[in-house]
Amino acid sequence: MTTQTKDEAIKTDTLLEVKNLKMHFPVTAGIVFQREVASIKAVDDISFDVLRGETFGLVGESGCGKTTTGRCILQLNTPTAGSIKFEGNELTEFSNSEMRSMRKEMQVIFQDPYSSLNPRMTTGGIVGEPLVVHGLVDGKNEYRDRVEELLTNVGLNPYMAERYPHEFSGGQRQRIGVARALSVNPKFIVCDEPVSALDVSIQAQLINLLEELQEQLKLTYLFIAHDLSVVRHISNRVAVMYLGHIVEIADRDEIYANPVHPYTRALLSAVPIPDPVIDAQRERVLLAGDVPSPLNPPSGCVFRTRCPNPTDECKEGNSTMGLIEASPGHWVDQCCVNCG
Amino acid sequence: MATLLEVKDLRTYFYTYEGVVKAVDGISYEVEEGETLAIVGESGCGKSVGALSLMRLIPDPPGKIMDGEILFDGEDVLKVNPDDMREIRGGKMSMVFQEPMTSLNPVLTVERQLSETLQLHKEMSRSEAAKEAVNLLERVGIPDPESRVKQYPHQFSGGMRQRVMIAMALSCNPRLIIADEPTTALDVTIQAQILELMKSLTTEFGVALIIITHNLGVVARYADRVNIMYGGKIIERGTAQEIYADPKHPYTRGLLKSVPRLDLPRTDKLDPIEGQPPDLVDPPAGCVFRERCPDPTDECTQGAIEMKLIEVSPGHWVDQCCVNCG
Repeated sequence: MTTQTKDEAIKTDTLLEVKNLKMHFPVTAGIVFQREVASIKAVDDISFDVLRGETFGLVGESGCGKTTTGRCILQLNTPTAGSIKFEGNELTEFSNSEMRSMRKEMQVIFQDPYSSLNPRMTTGGIVGEPLVVHGLVDGKNEYRDRVEELLTNVGLNPYMAERYPHEFSGGQRQRIGVARALSVNPKFIVCDEPVSALDVSIQAQLINLLEELQEQLKLTYLFIAHDLSVVRHISNRVAVMYLGHIVEIADRDEIYANPVHPYTRALLSAVPIPDPVIDAQRERVLLAGDVPSPLNPPSGCVFRTRCPNPTDECKEGNSTMGLIEASPGHWVDQCCVNCG
Repeated sequence: MATLLEVKDLRTYFYTYEGVVKAVDGISYEVEEGETLAIVGESGCGKSVGALSLMRLIPDPPGKIMDGEILFDGEDVLKVNPDDMREIRGGKMSMVFQEPMTSLNPVLTVERQLSETLQLHKEMSRSEAAKEAVNLLERVGIPDPESRVKQYPHQFSGGMRQRVMIAMALSCNPRLIIADEPTTALDVTIQAQILELMKSLTTEFGVALIIITHNLGVVARYADRVNIMYGGKIIERGTAQEIYADPKHPYTRGLLKSVPRLDLPRTDKLDPIEGQPPDLVDPPAGCVFRERCPDPTDECTQGAIEMKLIEVSPGHWVDQCCVNCG
């Protein structure tokens, strides 16, 4: 399917709705009586929708809250506040058993191929476990056939079902992770940096695989990554996160061609292009300093300490963050429409 | 410009239970004074082992530098006695490692660690070294250096720790700095800062820089010349401009094609190199890339052609197998 038809084919129905999501991790002190002394504002009021069939890219650097967002959506962490609606169902109100059943619809592929597979289980066991847990197969033969089918779909030889994870390379282990996620026929997969730990040419193989599977199985992806070139390739829409906030959301082509927020622009400028002649001609936006700590984020606009051109109001921490629609489908944090 | 470093036919093997791993199997290249050379390749191609060999940091056993010459400022580093090597290491040639947390000593303050190098190589007193440590931190852009110098590595962020490593590497005014994937563990915007810093410092002080990386974008932006490694060998080398404009080896071309680029229109599918890197215990005979080559000649497929770099245009060297194939 060409890029054009995929974009068109995405229906406008919303699969996932995230509203005002907050995830604050308490920091406690005290040996006998624990009291909360501070909190890490990992995710601090974000809202976005994911449409059925699309790949929604979520980018940002370490500590921005993107992985925590993915985990909250899957209810692997219980959000501090906010609403998460999957196909209209409010997940934050689900009981444990209801959520368990929901996990057939929402799956995950983790970043580290070395720690996300149980080293004491065979590949077949890892891929087949969800089938058993959810009662999706009837009898040994059906189980074996299904495991073989899953392994073949991800480009692995079925006889590898007997092998253990340590006998595979990083790229192959990631394929096992993909097979495991697909075993329950989910509608939605959170891909948490699935290719970051892999070598460049293996990354390309895995990205192609994810795209093929999406087309074949009509999947929706939340693709979390910090590599902007990869995100651009695979996503339909992209959201940029910084210190627990979303600062910009737009269609993929729009955000790469016309980034508005100074953080997005800096992020794009920091990605070197593999061509010395072209790269030398690009505008460089270098951000000063480090990302502030989520224990103590700057008041007002969290980006103000690194913004190349903040307004006076913003610098003093008096502005309020919030996404506004700068052009159709292109949302930017309101502070930065004026600044930077 | 004079040649600072000349590596001739370096071979470093590791003796393991599974067999002899030919991590670096006959590589030759030079680095001019003040230039930035990038060594590119994927995991297991031998780039880190090659760098550690330059500093004679290969653990023996199981590793052994079998053969070759490493001429640093005219002197063969492999033939030098251990005391003289200690002077060269850190003094004339220094290294920045990939994981700043595990390469800095977690139980010593930054001041102690910086001072140690200065006291050893420049024979400074403790107080002189402490003052110089503050200067170094300032030079690498760490704010409030007087108080930060007394802190421990865990109190610094990844980017800051890497700056401390760079400060250590620069402290004794080396002629050559080897940076082994210095920014892979860091975020993109911090990566940009660190690389800009390294480039400006090396230009300011005329220090040659070897950057080892698998990031082709980083290479394009910062390198003067590039060595592409595969399976323990150098399969192509030349200026960065040449390599990107006219890559000759199918592996180089494959690498460049498989990376999504921000500046080009989106393609429907990425073009990966099929297959896996070779097993270095039992590499294929003849051309080590032949099993993944998209278009090998019959002779090459049989392993009959020996690998050897030939100069296809001034300064641009490619392995002879692949001039015909791919």
